[in-house]
Amino acid sequence: MTRLVILEATYLAASIFFILGLRSLTKPDSARRGMQQAAVGMLLAVAGTLLHHEIIEYHWIAAGLVLGSLVGYPMGMWVPMTAMPQRIAASHMFGALAATLVGIAEFSKLGDGALVTRPLMGALGFEVLFGSLTITGSLMAFGKLQGLVPGVPVTFRGQNAVNGLLFAAAVGLFLLLVWAPATPWAFYLVVGLGLVVGVSLVLPIGGADMPVVISLLNSYAGLASSATGFAIGNNVLIIAGALDGASGFILSIIMSKAMNRSFGNVLFGAFGKPQESSRAAAGLTVRPITAEDAAIQLAYAQKVIVVPGYGMAVAQAQHAVKELAALIEKNGGEVKYAIHPVAGRMPGHMNVLLAEADIPYDKLKEMDEINPEFPSCDVALVIGANDVVNPAARNDKGSPIYGMPILDVDQARSVIVLKRSMNPGFAGIENELFYSERTSMLFGDAKASLQKLAEQVKLA
Amino acid sequence: MHESVLQLIEIYVFILAGFVGFLVITRVPPLLHTPLMSATNAISGISLVGSLVAAGAGHSRLTTALGFAAVVAATINVVGGFLITDRMLKMFKRAAPGGKGQERK
Repeated sequence: MTRLVILEATYLAASIFFILGLRSLTKPDSARRGMQQAAVGMLLAVAGTLLHHEIIEYHWIAAGLVLGSLVGYPMGMWVPMTAMPQRIAASHMFGALAATLVGIAEFSKLGDGALVTRPLMGALGFEVLFGSLTITGSLMAFGKLQGLVPGVPVTFRGQNAVNGLLFAAAVGLFLLLVWAPATPWAFYLVVGLGLVVGVSLVLPIGGADMPVVISLLNSYAGLASSATGFAIGNNVLIIAGALDGASGFILSIIMSKAMNRSFGNVLFGAFGKPQESSRAAAGLTVRPITAEDAAIQLAYAQKVIVVPGYGMAVAQAQHAVKELAALIEKNGGEVKYAIHPVAGRMPGHMNVLLAEADIPYDKLKEMDEINPEFPSCDVALVIGANDVVNPAARNDKGSPIYGMPILDVDQARSVIVLKRSMNPGFAGIENELFYSERTSMLFGDAKASLQKLAEQVKLA
Repeated sequence: MHESVLQLIEIYVFILAGFVGFLVITRVPPLLHTPLMSATNAISGISLVGSLVAAGAGHSRLTTALGFAAVVAATINVVGGFLITDRMLKMFKRAAPGGKGQERK
């Protein structure tokens, strides 16, 4: 009995530390300490669990903890910040995997369903369905972000119908299970179908939609954990899962809003396949600029707004950005950074990269805050961003991104766009900003271009 | 009867936790959205608690194997998740000139 009280007390402490830890994330200054406390809470809960009365042998536990730590340590300490999106996708996968495996173990333990009550089966079924779907869904997202799977949407005729059927079948089996829990074939079929649905759900989604997908998978992984808590009657699991689920859900809403698209549209719209541009860019020409000329503009600018995008992440150019910014500031100019909510491949992607390059976070401005400043800025420096600065979102009703809130870069006095080539962006949409009279294009690898710019600004 | 009361309490806990989560997380600035994701990932690694019991209960070879694999997966998330969150949060610094940047190490 006392054992049980101690156990539950550690869970209570852990739950409180988790909530306080998340609350600390509302302020960058307190965040680190708060999360360290949350880690202590985790340690307490794990230590408490070792007292659990059902545990009779410890060697597999010890082996699992050691192996997990050996893999987890490099994944925490050595993964570069530029690989963060795929790293996050991988952790959704591990979270969902753990939940699913526990669910299957529980089902097997209870006489392959014979001892499972209907409400318990509801929790278990939900757990393994969402868990298995998240495992393969995250794996696909990981593959796309890592470049192992084509990043462009993979679509075929009737895809949504097939997906719908698969999902309907899984839900049907789930209902059958709740009605008759002792149906092992249905249980394992739900797991199998979940795995298939995860693949077919993410395969047709393009790279630019990854922020929404990653957030949604985050939410699913959380809900699967929470269902685990229901299945094994564990409150701290329910709480942590609910927090995770809420977080993922909120993030996916924010991301969808920032793209002016509904969940349904993201999941089933197969955005980003090459489309005929609604407004032909034919006849328009871009103005290339040399690094020398661009550097002169930057050297004498009073106010520069840097607009980073996925291209900056790909080129790993964040440190070069910082160097150039330092030189502009030395010349008396002011440098700010305009961060679009869906710039990059996951929520907050650009902030992490720029923070890594030692850029103080108070210079990183959110869209609503920075947009009024573009008309008064001398140079807007667009680094590998495309769709988030495309004026078509404002004025071309035929454009697939019409209605998406964008950074008002076209209102800056002049615009310098760093871009690899004139290939359209990930969404495959022409960008009329590049053809504007105020815009000059500096072609080449973003990092190399920035380094050239820095050299020239030094000379200017 | 007894069991259904317990289940109702669990639903209470879920709803209240979701509500607290919603209130807290809507206040997290976009600046920290990536650390938020890795933090919630690390926290939901608490499913380790369920995995430990499955791995140590010695019920059958299958459940032990499943439990062991689950312990590995959850531990990866806990260890990797907290470490990487800390690594990221360490990078977020305020501008120096005000002299306030040094107040915390």
